[in-house]
Amino acid sequence: MDTTTIKSNFKSEEYFINMGPQHPATHGVLRLLLTIDGEIIKKVEPDLGYIHRSIEKMCERDSYQQIVHLTDRMDYLSSHINNEAVCLTVENALQLEIPERVKVIRTILGELTRLASHQLWWGVMGMDVGALTTYFYGFRDRELINDIFEETCGARLTMNYNIPGGLMFDIHPNFVQRTKDFITHFKTKLPEYDRLLTGNVIFQKRMKGVGILSKEDAISFGASGPVGRGSGYSCDVRKHHPYSAYNQVTFNEVLKTEGDSLARYQVRIEEMWESMAIIEQLIDNIPEGEYKVATNAVIKLPKGEFYQKVETARGELGVYINSTGTKNPYRLKFRSPGFSNLSLLNHIAVGGKIGDLVASMATLDLVIPDIDR
Amino acid sequence: MSYFGDIYRGIKTLLTGMSVTGKYFLHSRKGAITQQYPDNRDTLKMFDRFRGEVVMPHNENNEHRCTGCQKCELACPNGSIEIIWDRQIDPESGKKKKMIDQHIYHLGMCTMCGLCIEACPTDAILWAQNFENSVYNRAYLTKVLNKPGSKLMPGVEE
Ligand code: SF4
Ligand code: SF4
Repeated sequence: MDTTTIKSNFKSEEYFINMGPQHPATHGVLRLLLTIDGEIIKKVEPDLGYIHRSIEKMCERDSYQQIVHLTDRMDYLSSHINNEAVCLTVENALQLEIPERVKVIRTILGELTRLASHQLWWGVMGMDVGALTTYFYGFRDRELINDIFEETCGARLTMNYNIPGGLMFDIHPNFVQRTKDFITHFKTKLPEYDRLLTGNVIFQKRMKGVGILSKEDAISFGASGPVGRGSGYSCDVRKHHPYSAYNQVTFNEVLKTEGDSLARYQVRIEEMWESMAIIEQLIDNIPEGEYKVATNAVIKLPKGEFYQKVETARGELGVYINSTGTKNPYRLKFRSPGFSNLSLLNHIAVGGKIGDLVASMATLDLVIPDIDR
Repeated sequence: MSYFGDIYRGIKTLLTGMSVTGKYFLHSRKGAITQQYPDNRDTLKMFDRFRGEVVMPHNENNEHRCTGCQKCELACPNGSIEIIWDRQIDPESGKKKKMIDQHIYHLGMCTMCGLCIEACPTDAILWAQNFENSVYNRAYLTKVLNKPGSKLMPGVEE
């Protein structure tokens, strides 16, 4: 038999497989319904709902102080920034004047969170494309940040350290020294990340030209954070709508125009340098003063709608509060970065191989509890 | 030609990466952050602020500082705290006063948010740093924080 007869004897048709909800590359309980032809992806349909906890509905039940701790459980790698978003919304609605000290501390903690999140992302992303060592290096450096958090906030992941009006308690006396030590340490380690992974030919081949997202598509899909900036879409909330102490520091918004997985990877690596630069500018001159302003034990927002957006490690998080003047919000909506970033997965994965899907999904840096609140 | 060039570049970057891993392979003890738990249980000390579980400290006379004001119960987002109280005769003044019977804490429902401790006006409850909270039965996670027969410390007012 010649090859043509063999080929015609085989039936070729599209079929569909499940990726997840228990797949290691989906980093959580995300189920992807893949329609594939051989190894070529025809369609990716994300199926959500496996970790839905109705956080938005629970917020309607809770007081404004209690809402803050629920946001820890959305994007757990950006918990400080999530907390800050809710606190800022409440403070703006109450028109509270927040002390400079609080603003600076919040900014430092936010940037440390971003660093910790990117370190973890770097570790697991390397693991997704087959480099297990990165996992341990990423976690090793993240551990030092976790120690800083644990000493000051008492927790390593679910901080709940910001409260409406300021901070729950003052920073620990060791905080400044530990942060400085970490920065000195990490400046020697970050170049190692590049030597170990970024320059590697195998890695580059898996990343370059994979999962291309154009700037127009990034905007129309509502991409934000490193995903948007990897496509050249300038969307850094810290630059365009500065909150806390971001108007006091100078930093660059990292932009890449390639729009492929490698660009998104490089944006995050360079963002780590920028985060360190921001912390260095602030850490030596944390202003003296109060660490919180007194609020009523029962916070009642005035009637109306309030919105605040912040830049988490994954992109733009928006908090929308509709208040009727009572002690609970009438409606609270989170605009989470992961949800929009997931929505473009089908667009960038179609036509690629399954291995490419894993690579592009890793550089989208999805945190499923953030998508599925 | 580019085929061999690729192989050459591949090996070169592989070696660059291996120089990083090789360094740590040779100096594996230096800068290791791994906790040798549970071998280091005796020396392991958590940070003072670490949120392990909520406890109610008692002094040597078996007295605590909880007045039964229920502010912690109100502050808790999850209903992890229940205060069972009644009015008892205060031995000092002879008047009837609100006193706790049981301060019930459901560790299994606690999200370690710290709002109860912030809310307590008399600092009756604090964080303990104990983190080994696993038990064989879920019922053991429900704790009564005030010790049997304990009283309110004299002089503690709401
Ligand atoms: S720490 Fe939070 S969840 Fe736990 S008992 Fe206190 S208020 Fe409730
Ligand atoms: S522990 Fe504190 S807040 Fe709770 S009832 Fe006792 S005194 Fe009140």
